[in-house]
Amino acid sequence: MAVASTLVFAFLVVVGITRSPGYGELERYFFDWERYGDSFPEIADAFLLNVKIFSIAEAVILVSALGLAVLRSLPGPVFFPLRALAILYADFFRGVPTILVILMLGSGMPALQVAWVPKDQVFWAIVSLVLVYTAYVSEVYRAGIESVHPSQDAAARSLGLTRWQSLRYVVIPQAVRRVVPPLLNDFIGLQKDTALVSVLGVVEALRQSQINEAASFNGTYYLVAATLFVALTIPLARLTDWLIARDRRRRQAAGVAA
Amino acid sequence: MAEALRLEGVRKAFGSLEVLRGIDLALAEHEVACLIGASGSGKSTLLRCVNLLEPIDAGRIFLSGQEITAPGVDVNRVRRRVGIVFQAFNLFPHMSVLANVTLAPRKVLGLPKAQAEAEAVALLDRFGLADKRDEFPDRLSGGQQQRAAIVRALAMRPDILLLDEVTSALDPELVGEVLDVIRELAASGMTMLIATHEMGFAREIARRVFFLEKGVILEEGPPELMFSSPRQERTRQFLERIIRAGRL
Repeated sequence: MAVASTLVFAFLVVVGITRSPGYGELERYFFDWERYGDSFPEIADAFLLNVKIFSIAEAVILVSALGLAVLRSLPGPVFFPLRALAILYADFFRGVPTILVILMLGSGMPALQVAWVPKDQVFWAIVSLVLVYTAYVSEVYRAGIESVHPSQDAAARSLGLTRWQSLRYVVIPQAVRRVVPPLLNDFIGLQKDTALVSVLGVVEALRQSQINEAASFNGTYYLVAATLFVALTIPLARLTDWLIARDRRRRQAAGVAA
Repeated sequence: MAEALRLEGVRKAFGSLEVLRGIDLALAEHEVACLIGASGSGKSTLLRCVNLLEPIDAGRIFLSGQEITAPGVDVNRVRRRVGIVFQAFNLFPHMSVLANVTLAPRKVLGLPKAQAEAEAVALLDRFGLADKRDEFPDRLSGGQQQRAAIVRALAMRPDILLLDEVTSALDPELVGEVLDVIRELAASGMTMLIATHEMGFAREIARRVFFLEKGVILEEGPPELMFSSPRQERTRQFLERIIRAGRL
């Protein structure tokens, strides 16, 4: 029944779109398979820059966001200034549109003309994404840290572990395991947001597609870029599932395996 | 006999709720004493205060004659000497039993991994858990988990062990194996302060019993005396309810 209704629904959608008056033009604009094949290597090459940007950004964010989350979870009045700073940071960078941060840092910082300030726009694009996504991902970590029952920390502290050791060996490992799915979800968002770097004129996949489109008035190049982005997020989603399943298997099969 | 633990006028409130209202209590080395009393009488809080998991509001606590509630005392150093086992086990679910037991000896005492593991394996073996060393806690029965939690506390070679209703979360048929562990520890001379609802066990193992009621020790004495002829009306009522529930 589910299969039948899905097929009927898909059929109606496809017919509805292809029968619409403007479809012929749309097809020529977006689905030129010859251009698709010809431009694929060039856009894929530009896409490597997206890969580079998010690979570096993700590695940094994994650590920086955890650091920010830990700052926010520090107890007691002594740490109030640090907590306040962390909250301010998270509020600010979750509030400002990512594209604005990229524009301001990417075009602003190189324009400073200071010798020790890097002039590479890609560098500042990565910094922008790190700043914005650290704010998001730290919230994910924080939810994870707060989901670990206080009795776990009490058990660790009762054995003489310091506050930091308890966080390091008991609380954070459990927190991270719990937040892997939402964490990778944010990373999928980050991978897509690397396209925003195109506003700086940096030639990544989207910018390359725009260049090709402008020269030919054909949008198939966008389809190529879309294909590349989707092709990359699907493995990440599967990796997430696999990690969760592995963790469950490990616990259940422990003892047998060891 | 030398003194292991002494509490003087210990008070503790959570907000406006006074949980401990002036506790005086002393324990000799190698002594086993039980804390009894209704839920909410302050037994758990008392034990958590001795481990410094809860800061006290007033009074003093001494460990082997040294005050551990004085300002400037390193709580982490104190906790190495005071083991505590919780009702809900609180094993670390992301670690094997062996890792649970060796974590504190390695990170707190700085033992090399091999030595910490050798000592842990010896302890696990002593309490019948040798074949469970590589299991994760959620693969163990409640009784095994609680025994592992006791071993984890013992691995720090504490001067005193605090047991907080360690059989209360267990299925009845699993209580015995945990009590056996405590019997063995008592026989080996471990100083223990045990909060429990197992009156029969308290009577058997404790040299002295403290009856806690609304944050004060209402009555104390040898179990055979307190259980047969309690001096206080409240103690008598409490014991009557326990007998009616078939727990004595």
